[in-house]
Amino acid sequence: MSNIDQELSKLNNDLIWKGFKSLLPISIFVAIFGAAFGLAAIQTGLDPLSIISMSTFVFAGAAQFATLELWGQSVSLIPLLVTIFFINARHILMGASLYPWLKNLSPLKRYSILLVISDANWAFAQQAFQNQKQGLGILFGGGIALWLFWVIGTCLGLYFGSVIQNPTHFGLDMVMACFLLSMVVGGQKNLRIICIWIAAAISSLLAYWYLPENSHVVVGALVGGVVGMLLKDKQA
Amino acid sequence: MNLEISTQSVGLIIFIMALVTLATRWGGVFIMSFIPINDRIQRFISAMSASVLVAILAPIAIEGDLGARCALLATAITAVIFKKPLVAIGTGIITAAVIRQF
Repeated sequence: MSNIDQELSKLNNDLIWKGFKSLLPISIFVAIFGAAFGLAAIQTGLDPLSIISMSTFVFAGAAQFATLELWGQSVSLIPLLVTIFFINARHILMGASLYPWLKNLSPLKRYSILLVISDANWAFAQQAFQNQKQGLGILFGGGIALWLFWVIGTCLGLYFGSVIQNPTHFGLDMVMACFLLSMVVGGQKNLRIICIWIAAAISSLLAYWYLPENSHVVVGALVGGVVGMLLKDKQA
Repeated sequence: MNLEISTQSVGLIIFIMALVTLATRWGGVFIMSFIPINDRIQRFISAMSASVLVAILAPIAIEGDLGARCALLATAITAVIFKKPLVAIGTGIITAAVIRQF
């Protein structure tokens, strides 16, 4: 088991490059969304250098858009902290889910890779590990691709943003959702997984309706996790 | 308590955002390094990772506009039939775009 894990945790330049290329198609859509962010930020009144630094150092689309909503003469610290934390709290779960493979690396490598963990490269890497393939190259190389295109997209948005003033009209807001759904459908399916999905979906919806904003992902994922812990695998 | 940061100090705001985001990126692995991995934890982790995606998608599927819902439906169907993520994503986006033209 641990030998297999060692093998799956392999990371070299070749794997990183492969991971980079495998996330390029989705990165192009990420760039379009980066452009939409650049435009929205300019319209909110931020200066170009700040907008580009925000995309570079924060690299979290949903949280960045949410920050623009809080923008005014000043920004209240507590709502800012709470909003950013809860929108990004899914990263905690995503990182934790990859721990079995990340633990074989030195802390320096481990935490460097995590600098670029986000939805798409995590979902891809996760699927690779499920299929007994090496996933860390996808996580790191793919993450670099996503980060690069997010920053480039943001820059383009500052100057050409008006071309895609209304990305929703062209369905571009659905890119990430459709991508994640295709990952769900492509994953393994059995009665146990379906029970977990139903628990996650129902608890997420209840949290969405009745709990504070942005809490639904964490609530749904934790409830699904607990259900999975209680339901043992019945190996056929 | 009502701490306000002037948007003049945009650098400070970005620094805070980056710090909180980084804490979430590092936090999960940091916490896990103190937890012994046994069978139960292993099951929790793998179920949780399947659930993150479902928990993100459920509200979009139920509360989204018609374009969003049809996009997800189209993606699911094409993903099952063709088993190609990019084809499925493309079909989903086009579906949303077409429906939102009306």
